[in-house]
Amino acid sequence: MKKTHIILLVLIAVSIVALISYTGDLSSYETIASAKQREGKFVNLIVKMDKTEPVNYDPVKDPNLLKFHVQDSLGGKISVVYHNTMPTDMEKSERLVLKGRVQGDHFECSTIVMKCPSKYKDNPNVMKEQPVTISN
Amino acid sequence: MNTTTFLGEQLLPGQIGYFLTILSLVASLVATFAFAKSFYAKELAIEIEWKRFAKIAFIIEAIAIFLCFVVLFYIIYNHRFEYKYSYSHSDKSMPLQYLLSCFWEGQEGSFLLWSFWHAVLGLIIMTRSAKWGNQTNGVMMVLSFVQFCLATMIVGLYIVDFKLGSSPFILLRQEMSWPILSRPDYLQFIKDGTGLNTTLQNYWMVIHPPILFLGFASTTIPFAFAVSGLLKKENNWMNFVLPWATFSAAILGLGIMMGAAWAYESLNFGGYWAWDPVENASLVPWLVLVAGIHTNIIFRKTEGSLKATYLFYGLSFLLVVYSTFLTRSGILGDTSVHAFTDLGMNAQLLGFLLIFVIPYFILFGIRYKHLKEPVKEDEISSREFWMLVGSFVLFLSGLVMIAITSIPVFNKIFGTKIAPPEDPIFAHNQVQIFVAIIIGIFTAFGQYLKFKSTEGDYIKKHLKYPIILSLILSGILFAFVGVAYNDKGVGFLAAIYVAELAAVYSIVANAYYWGSMLKGKLKSASASVGHLGFGLVLLGILISSSNKTVLSWNTTGISPLRVDKEQKNNPAGNPKENITLFEGIQTDMGKYDVTYLRDTFDYLDKRFFELKFAAKKSKEIFFLYPDVLKNNKAEGFSANPAAKHYWNKDIFVYVTSFQDHSEKDTTQFKPYQMAVGDSIFYSNGYIKLEKVLINPRQNIGTGNNELVLQLKVTSKEGLVYNAKPGIFLEGMTLRPEYDTVKAQNLVLSFNKVVDQKKGTLELGVKESAALTNLITLKVYEFPFINILWLGVIVMTIGFSMASWARIKKLKS
Repeated sequence: MKKTHIILLVLIAVSIVALISYTGDLSSYETIASAKQREGKFVNLIVKMDKTEPVNYDPVKDPNLLKFHVQDSLGGKISVVYHNTMPTDMEKSERLVLKGRVQGDHFECSTIVMKCPSKYKDNPNVMKEQPVTISN
Repeated sequence: MNTTTFLGEQLLPGQIGYFLTILSLVASLVATFAFAKSFYAKELAIEIEWKRFAKIAFIIEAIAIFLCFVVLFYIIYNHRFEYKYSYSHSDKSMPLQYLLSCFWEGQEGSFLLWSFWHAVLGLIIMTRSAKWGNQTNGVMMVLSFVQFCLATMIVGLYIVDFKLGSSPFILLRQEMSWPILSRPDYLQFIKDGTGLNTTLQNYWMVIHPPILFLGFASTTIPFAFAVSGLLKKENNWMNFVLPWATFSAAILGLGIMMGAAWAYESLNFGGYWAWDPVENASLVPWLVLVAGIHTNIIFRKTEGSLKATYLFYGLSFLLVVYSTFLTRSGILGDTSVHAFTDLGMNAQLLGFLLIFVIPYFILFGIRYKHLKEPVKEDEISSREFWMLVGSFVLFLSGLVMIAITSIPVFNKIFGTKIAPPEDPIFAHNQVQIFVAIIIGIFTAFGQYLKFKSTEGDYIKKHLKYPIILSLILSGILFAFVGVAYNDKGVGFLAAIYVAELAAVYSIVANAYYWGSMLKGKLKSASASVGHLGFGLVLLGILISSSNKTVLSWNTTGISPLRVDKEQKNNPAGNPKENITLFEGIQTDMGKYDVTYLRDTFDYLDKRFFELKFAAKKSKEIFFLYPDVLKNNKAEGFSANPAAKHYWNKDIFVYVTSFQDHSEKDTTQFKPYQMAVGDSIFYSNGYIKLEKVLINPRQNIGTGNNELVLQLKVTSKEGLVYNAKPGIFLEGMTLRPEYDTVKAQNLVLSFNKVVDQKKGTLELGVKESAALTNLITLKVYEFPFINILWLGVIVMTIGFSMASWARIKKLKS
């Protein structure tokens, strides 16, 4: 066996170890109900905003505090606390991916990923509605 | 059949466009076939005959693509909103350069851009490949076939129920089912397009996509060479491919880093690199391509690393196609911030991927045993030994990256619900920092070794000074700049230090090699320059990322935040990086006192905020103007940061939210009766009436009188403000003079004197959020980011020099 081959095998082994150690860090997508059962564990929620509930954000009092409510496709609901500014266009987003953990009665969110209709407007589902620019 | 005639539509450009896309589809297929015939021709006469025909087909295809480009730009430029592409990607207010960004915002336009570069490259190859012999036909055959596949993406044909591609020339009324679109005069009502995503309205977005797609397109050439080499069992192409491969590495690397520059300057990512799947997907092909260039050089010198070169060049293109699949299929939807959304073309995109991956690996497998490498083992003291190891490190680091990026694909196939880790950036960093260390060191000493083998004395003699010099320089660096990042424990901190040392070593050793071994000559300096650039990139990344600081930590009294220590370590509570500024009130922000002076709108409805920064230590004062742009006729806004650039750091500020005063203030004054010495409460503290002043000012005119209340406002946080509302008596008319305490949202008025004997007065208090202009800011300081940009430029120059030197060598 050549020395290069041995080194290559070692490198491949190291890469596999790196990948395996990475899988230890992975989290999971959960529903609101299952996230509540795993309180304190870092999870990802795919939700949309619950627009029947108020959104609390007052930059005068605290620019790093946003409270809102979300629901998932199974009907689960939870309130969310996000220690950051309110993301632009959040209300318009058809879907939110929240990363964080359930703490007590609320979801302590560390990151919000938005799927904004305005972001990439190719999505045919969004274009079905008439835009505001057209007035009759 | 509906025979409504629609008024005001211009259908000709679209019809021409459709025709051109179909023409390019057919012509590229014909070219593929004809080049294949020529490639496999047994007689020279037949080969030449087919080649001539194939060239004509390819030229027609190229012209069709160029004209397609022109037609689509015509539609966008003239705001022909009857076309969906124009309607959904542009609007009338857009300046010319952003109309180009509109062009490549959509999937169709960017496919067209990709095709465009292939056409350009193909035309260049046809004129510059006299020495390649029959290989030209093989390369052009593959290139034409890739062009055919790309043409299917934009042709927009329905084959029974299957939609083949998505045409950029489709009409709005063909695609949408809005009732209004059935009216003959519907165009009258479509006044404007929905515009370009505001974050893409940035000059980097004008230039970054063309460069990146040229990079993507150019990876096709090494791949095409590899395919034709495997088919014909010929390896001599490895001499011709190097200028193309190094050109591709230069452009692709530059394109990727322009994207990073865009992220740095425009997006609220807080940095230039976030390990976003879209970023990874374009970085990995580059890493593999660079690995391929190195094994290619090994092959030319020693006949070794042949299989690796075929593997790397092949994979580099295949990974570009894979990244196309990832970013355009919508599969990254939940993990990426800026992937395209699903166009309903996933089956086709998957087909595009498999039609290259499967045949290539079958071909590679069949030919594997024909790829003969020398049996002799590489010496440890030889250059090729370390180049090969280094190439594999790059390749494997790319594989780890792409494996992590592919988690959504894994979820899709196996129905799992795996999500990225809590700290995805660190998950990548902790692996890749070791790659940085290894590659840094390899690039440093690699050139000091000779091919085949190197004597020990030679190594000792020449490597001594660079090592000593780098240790000294690193020591200075650690002493003066250091690493301000120890969130992840001692191990990672140590790794950062070692990586910085490796980067410095790489820079010093390559500069030294160029200076002393090559005597500063430019002719064969490309490797030194390229590696020097790479070292600078590493150093820039390490220093700037590990010393990035947030200036706007919210610790001021203005915001009643309870920042307890416990919460600071809680990742969810950590991003308290936003601070609120009130108009006209100076706010303490670490090294600076910052005041929000005013704001103003420009003609595009951009709202600029004027911020005054006054350094506490020095007398330095500067102004920054971050702005926000209302998002295309809808609610929301998009913020553009402003930056103060120094040679050694950048200060970035962007507005994360602001108060909009478009709503009318409906709050009423609340009356309070009080005498001197009395206090009343408002929502956030109390107001004390200290004194009543009679005519406190001079020169108010004879016969006029003024009565002023001297008030002391104390907030819950213990901050004290003075206010002096008054009444002005001008003859018989009475005019109130309001006073405001902006930081407390208070408007105060002296309403009237209730009882002169008892000294009771009426004070009006209005608490109104609409009173103050306020903005919420994030301010970052990035030190030494310029080392990174300088490194990118130097590395690009290095690759270009390699490409240029190789072209010259091939000519002679």
